[in-house]
Parts: sequence; C-alpha cells; structure tokens
Amino acid sequence: MQLAQLKPTRKDQRPFLIVAVLAVLWFIAYNNLQAIADWVTYTVLDFSREDQLGEALNFFIYDTPKLLLLLSGMIFLITLVQTFIDTNKVREVVEKRGEGIGNLMASLFGAITPFCSCSSVPLFIGFVQAGIPLGITFSFLITSPIMNEVAFVLLLGLFGWKVALLYLASGITIGIVAGLILGRMNLENYVEDFVYAIKAKGGQPGVAVAIEEKPTWEERFQQAGESTREIVGKVWLFVIIGIGIGAFIHGFVPEDALSDVMGAGAWWSVPAAVLLGIPLYSNAAGIIPIVSALLGKGAALGTVLAFMMSVVALSLPEMIILRKVLKPRLIAIFVGVVAVSIILTGYLFNLVI
Amino acid sequence: MLTIKILGSGCPNCKRLEREVNDALSGQAVDFEVIKVTDYADIMTYGIMSTPGLVMNETVLSTGRIPKRQQIIDWALQYQTAE
Repeated sequence: MQLAQLKPTRKDQRPFLIVAVLAVLWFIAYNNLQAIADWVTYTVLDFSREDQLGEALNFFIYDTPKLLLLLSGMIFLITLVQTFIDTNKVREVVEKRGEGIGNLMASLFGAITPFCSCSSVPLFIGFVQAGIPLGITFSFLITSPIMNEVAFVLLLGLFGWKVALLYLASGITIGIVAGLILGRMNLENYVEDFVYAIKAKGGQPGVAVAIEEKPTWEERFQQAGESTREIVGKVWLFVIIGIGIGAFIHGFVPEDALSDVMGAGAWWSVPAAVLLGIPLYSNAAGIIPIVSALLGKGAALGTVLAFMMSVVALSLPEMIILRKVLKPRLIAIFVGVVAVSIILTGYLFNLVI
Repeated sequence: MLTIKILGSGCPNCKRLEREVNDALSGQAVDFEVIKVTDYADIMTYGIMSTPGLVMNETVLSTGRIPKRQQIIDWALQYQTAE
C-alpha cells in the first residue's frame, strides 16, 4: 500500500497503455476477418464460389475467429464493469425501494451481475435478511440467469445489436413481471425455515468485517482479464462445435426447410422450444451458433429467443442449488412462472417481427 | 495461531481460494489451520453476499473474489498477532 503511493505516475499509465494497444489490435483483426476468410477459402484452398462445401467452410473460417474475438473483447468489458458492482451497496439501494421500482432495480442488477448458481443462494439469503420482499428478490433471481453474458455476445455477433438488445430488454421485463406476480402470491412459507432463522439472529457480535480497499485500475484490468480467460476458456470449444454444425446447416440444409417446424406459423413451436430448453444447460454457448443457422432456414426469431432463454434460465443444476433455500413447491411455481413468461415473450416476438 | 475459514458451498472458486491460501502460507512462519464452512446457514452468519468468503480469526477479509497471494500473506501476518 505504501509502496503504491511512492510509485511514479508513469507506471500507473502502463496498464492503460497495454489495454489500448490490445484494443487497437482487436479492431484491426476484427475488421479484416471476412477478407481473410474469403482469401483462405477461394484463393488458398481454391473453392469456387458456388461450391456448397466452400460456402460452409468460408462460414466457419469467418465465424469462429469473429465470435471468439467478440467474446474476448465484450466479456472483458462486461467483467470490467462488474468490478465496480458492490453487492452490499446494491442491497442497500434496493432495500429503500418498494414494489415496482424495487423490482426494476433488482432486475437490472440481475442483468449485469455474473450468474453463478452457487452465488445466487448467499445473495438470496442476504436479500431476505435485509427484509427485501420476496417478489423483488425473485426479480433478481429470474433475470440473473436469463441474462447470460456469453449468450448476449453471441447474439450480438450472429444476429446483430437489435436482437441482442431485444434479448436484454425482454430478460429484464420477464424478471420484473414474474417478480411482481410471485410477490403477490404470498409464498413466504415456501422458503426454507432456516433462512428466516438467520434473519432473526442478525449479525453475530463477534464478527468484524475489515474494510476492503478500492481496487486500482491495474487490479480491475487484471481481474477482468482473468475472468475473461476463465469464461472464454470454458465455452470456446462449444462455440467452435456449434459453429461447425451451423456451418454445415448453412451450406447444406435447403432454405425454408424449417419454416413448417420452427416458423412463426407453427403455434406449438414456442412452448416446445421452451420445454426442450429446460434440460439443456451447459451447451448454451454451442446452441446459439446452431440456432442462428436455423434462423436462416426459416425458423422464427421469437421461437429461437424463447428456446435460448429457456436453455440459460431454467436448468436442473440451478434448481438443485435453489432447493437449498426454497421448498419444492416454490421451485415448481418459480419454474412455471418463468417458463410461461418466456413462452409469452416468444409469441410476442413472432407476432411483432 | 491463526484460524482461517473459507466460506463457500464447494463452488470451483471456493476450492481455488483454499488452494491459494495453503500455497501462499506454506512457506511462511505462520501457524494456521484452515476450516471449510460449507453450510449456508453458517456461511450467512458472517453477513456476506457472495462466495467465496475469506475469514481470519473471525474477521471477514474478502468476499466474492480470490485475493492475491501477497495480500493473503499480509493479512495472515497482520491477524495472527492481533490475537
């Protein structure tokens, strides 16, 4: 700490410099991907532009580095923002609001925090301890897993920013609405009793909390870099496999092959997509590239989005963890309300777009 | 004697924090023991909102992240004499 104060200011600028250089390299690489992919497929490998295999290969060579670059860059930005979020402060802010605004804030907060099912339980208990109404707590608990940063970035890369923002807006809205509904259902009895027991006990007198120092920019960059490496390290293989399958579909499946099954006209496709999405979990990163290829073959966007939200939001591992603080009946209600909200969102998009 | 508690239900980061603590302090002149607190009811009595939590002699030092090794060593030296 004392050492840090003695350091000359030039050294403080070094992390910014490194990040700036990386950002420039990133932009140069990102803007030349199509040219490189075309050059590799049509010049080096000498495919004709009409060849289906060539088209599939070009798609793969273009999409893989594009998505991985986009993932690394965006996840770095997102995790950098996350270093500024202090869960205790958030709790204080949400605590002061009532129903409505409280739901909105909890849902927004859920959208930006990383979701790891193991951190949702302490947060849930922390909210209950502070006396925050259950409905508001659920707004957080619903939006947090729906808004998956990897899914967001992949949507941005494959479908464009409109769809990515649509996903963001609908995730937040679902959290607010489902939270409001759950809040009206008087479900307090279906929370495990020990949660309230902790609340009654309050803070232990013997426990002191040391004040943490504010991290420096260098530490924030480091932290964001580490998180990025961890997240991208976990999903890159799924993304590549997904793009591979997507490339195959792109090149070989005829146009409109899926309009009967996944098109807006097939009313049952949205609930079917949501049901199918519940057991699928860890492959969310791989599913999006596949689904994006399906979209080009006649699948409807609402159906696709509903499927994706169901994949990321409703999963068995998450329910098992929530079981520690919620009684089975509440978990069932939770899943039901979220599933119905996602289905309605899917229909809405199919109608609007 | 320094009592170190790792608060966490067994998520990957909790295990990593435990490894970091052991690695950081193995070469130091600190007499310590590590206790894993995995029960949510116990974890939450420390009033933390994100795991893993690092506690030394009943003082919560970090939550939701894995501190640097040097930081862990500094804390250990500071809190072992505090008792």
